[in-house]
Amino acid sequence: MAHAIAFYIFSGVMVAAALSVVFSRQPIYGVLSLLVAMFCLAGLFVLLGAYFVAALQILLYAGAVLVLFIFVIMLLNLDKETLTRLRPLSRPMLGVFVAALFCVQLAWLLAGRQALPIEVAGGTALPAAAQAGSVADIGRLLFTKYLLPFELTSFLILAAIVGAVTLARFHDDHA
Amino acid sequence: MTITLNHYLLASGLLFAIGLAGIMIRRNVLLILLCIELMFNAANLAFIAYARAWGDLSGQLIVFFTITVAAAEVTIGLAIAILMARRLSTLDVDEAHRLKW
Repeated sequence: MAHAIAFYIFSGVMVAAALSVVFSRQPIYGVLSLLVAMFCLAGLFVLLGAYFVAALQILLYAGAVLVLFIFVIMLLNLDKETLTRLRPLSRPMLGVFVAALFCVQLAWLLAGRQALPIEVAGGTALPAAAQAGSVADIGRLLFTKYLLPFELTSFLILAAIVGAVTLARFHDDHA
Repeated sequence: MTITLNHYLLASGLLFAIGLAGIMIRRNVLLILLCIELMFNAANLAFIAYARAWGDLSGQLIVFFTITVAAAEVTIGLAIAILMARRLSTLDVDEAHRLKW
């Protein structure tokens, strides 16, 4: 019961914050709304027993990615005219139509499936691996089964660093 | 009132649909990037829910990689946004119709 109440609170606030991102007037409000959504998502992760991933979600998204967004918005130092001149909506009907189509398709898919249990107290006993979202278990898996993808992500990060530096230091004298 | 996997999948699908609609509706490049983040997180939620339901920790591992890819993507995306603001002095994606500048 407590699980259900927490689920509905977290997911409700998350969806409201996501809508607020889409309809925010200024990018900075969008970033702050996304921050609320990230915290609610971390709460959902805790409900699912993924404690370490929930901590990472807050550290990496709220701590790094969103700060990067705010940093860039401040760095751009756009005048108010540039920010407000942007027409807020371009193709509202198309976007809403595609999203609604997606929702209908998803509901249709889910309606035909029998629900898998999530709660431990719900009756079905879950395997021990599912309940242990501990750092040790995740680390063991990361350095054995998923070692190659883990190492390859370092190349991805390196490529992203080089790309960002190359793009950002592209000054007018090159033009 | 039991919360099942379907509830989480529905929340994830709603989040994804909102992000998708946002990408089509908005034309500010920063807000489009934020909506892409929303879609990444919807996928993360589905992965974590399935990891729990199937008792497999691999779903949580995939989320690590998703977060890494999202961080790389947002770095490049924001660099492009800075470049756009400098060169075109706008953040409107419809204004960026030249392939080279």
